[in-house]
Amino acid sequence: MSGGVVVLGTGMHPWGKQGRPFLEYGLAAARAALRDAGIAWTDVQYLVGADTIRNGYPGFVAGASYAQALGWTGARVASCYAACASGAQAVDLARTRILAGLCDVALVVGADSTPKGFFKPVGGDRPDDPDWLRFRLLGATNPAYFGLYARRRMALHGSTPYDFAAVKVKNARAGALNPMARYRATVTTEEVLASPMVADPLRLMDICATSDGGAAVVLASETYARRHAAARDLVRLAAVSTVTPTFPNTVLELPNFATDSCAAVPPPERPFRAAIAHAAYEEAGLGPEDLSLAEVYDLSTALELDWTEDIGLCPPGEAEKLLRDGVTALGGRIPVNPSGGLASFGEAIPAQALAQLCELTDQLRGRAGGRQLDGPRAGLAANQGLFGHGSAVIVTR
Amino acid sequence: MTYAIEGWFAVDDDGVVLLGTRCAACGTVCFPPRHGSCPNPRCEGTDLEVTRLPRRGRVWSYTSSAYPPPAPYVAAQPYEPVTLAAVELDGAGLVVLGQVAGLTAEELEVGMELELTAGPLADGPLVWMWRRAS
Ligand SMILES: [Zn+2]
Repeated sequence: MSGGVVVLGTGMHPWGKQGRPFLEYGLAAARAALRDAGIAWTDVQYLVGADTIRNGYPGFVAGASYAQALGWTGARVASCYAACASGAQAVDLARTRILAGLCDVALVVGADSTPKGFFKPVGGDRPDDPDWLRFRLLGATNPAYFGLYARRRMALHGSTPYDFAAVKVKNARAGALNPMARYRATVTTEEVLASPMVADPLRLMDICATSDGGAAVVLASETYARRHAAARDLVRLAAVSTVTPTFPNTVLELPNFATDSCAAVPPPERPFRAAIAHAAYEEAGLGPEDLSLAEVYDLSTALELDWTEDIGLCPPGEAEKLLRDGVTALGGRIPVNPSGGLASFGEAIPAQALAQLCELTDQLRGRAGGRQLDGPRAGLAANQGLFGHGSAVIVTR
Repeated sequence: MTYAIEGWFAVDDDGVVLLGTRCAACGTVCFPPRHGSCPNPRCEGTDLEVTRLPRRGRVWSYTSSAYPPPAPYVAAQPYEPVTLAAVELDGAGLVVLGQVAGLTAEELEVGMELELTAGPLADGPLVWMWRRAS
C-alpha cells in the first residue's frame, strides 16, 4: 500500500502502580516514541491525546496536556475519549488526518494513573447515568460482567476453571519476558486456582488489575517515513476499526442492565466483538489466516478465549483446543497476547490499545527480545470500549 | 415504600413487574424504559408506550461478588456476597440483569427458571430482584 500510513515509532513507560501523575507516564512514552521514530517533538504536526477521566481537567484535555508538557509548539491537537477504545480512536484520528493529506507526521499518546481496587463511576449523585446506576442498584462491577461471560462460556462450551487458569499461565509466561509489563513472574495453574474468588467463577488471577502506565506511537505518511527512516522496514497501519454494534445487540454489554430485544428485529449476522474484527479484516483486505499474531483484550482469562473465536482464529467453542495444543502460546502457530496481555500489564485505559499497537510493531520489526516471533508479517489487536466503541487495528509488513 | 429508581419496576397486586417500553410502530421492546425515539435504526417511531415485561425467564448467566462493590453501592454490614443473574425474559427477546434473592451462585444454573421479586438495598429502598420460580 503506497501512500499509506506507517508506524514510525513506539514508546512506553513501564506499567505498574507507581502512583505518579499520568502526565509523567505519557511524557516518558511520548519521548521514547519520538526517539524511536528518529524525529524531534518540534517536527510533530498533530498530537492526539487519549483522555483519562480519572485525572480531572488535564486528563479530559489530554492532547493539550501532553503538548504543554512537551513544550508548546503550535502543533494541531485533539483529545478523545472512548473508554478502552480511546487509544485506537486516537490512532484513527491521526491516521485519517495523514490520509487526508492534512499532515505528514503525528504523535498519539495515552496514559493513566489508577486508584486501588475496582474501577468505580465518577462521583456524585447521577441517577441518569447507567454507569453510576449499575453500581447503585446492582453492585455490578466490571469483574461481575466478566464473571457472567465466563459462566456463560462454561454453560455453552463446557469450559472449566482449569482452562481459564491455563490462559493466565500462558500470558504470564510471555509477560515474564516483557520489561514493560507490571507482572513478570510465571505462575502455575494451581496458583491461579488457589487465588481468592472475586466474581464467580473468576478468581483474582483470572482478572486483570488496574494499573498505571503509558504508551505512545508516532504515525507518518509513507512518503515522510521513506524520507526520514529509509533504511528501516516499514510497519504499515493497514486498518483501524471503530465500529459500533448493530441493532439488536443481544450480548449483555458493560454497563447495561439489559440487551436489546430481538423480538421485532432478528439479531445481526455478527455479534459486536466479531464485527469489530471483521471490519478491520475488510479494511486491510486480510483474513484471520493471514495473521502471525494477535493482541486481544484479556480483561479476564475467559474473555481471551471468547476473543480468540471472535477474531476468527477458530470456530466458537474451540479456543480451549488451540490453547491446549499450544497454538496460541509463544512459539505456537498464532500467538495470542505475546506481550503478556492485560494479565501481565493490567488496565491503564487510555494507554492499552496503544500498548497493543506497540507490541504488534515491535514484533513486526523483530525487536521483541525474548518474546520475538519468527518473521511475523501481520498482526491484529482487538479491544472494546464501554458503551459500544469497537476497536481493532491491523498492521502489516 | 421507596423505590431505588422510579419507573423501572412496580409492585402491585400481581406482584413485581419490570416496566419496559414498546414501540407502537415496530414492536421493539426496551428495558430500562426508553423515551423519545425507538432504538431500531430502521424505525422512526417516537411513540414508546410503557409495557409490563414478562415476570419469568431463564438464566442466561450468573455470578456473585466475593468483595463488596464500591460506592454508590451500599454494602450490608457484615457484607453478604451480591449474587447477580442475567435472565432471558420469556417471549420478550431480551436479557435483564438483576440481583438474586434467596439463592447463592452455587444454587444457580444457566437455563434455570427464575421469576421477578423485589428486595431492599442495604440502605432501604427497593430494587427488582430475581428469585427461584414458584
Ligand atoms: Zn420502533
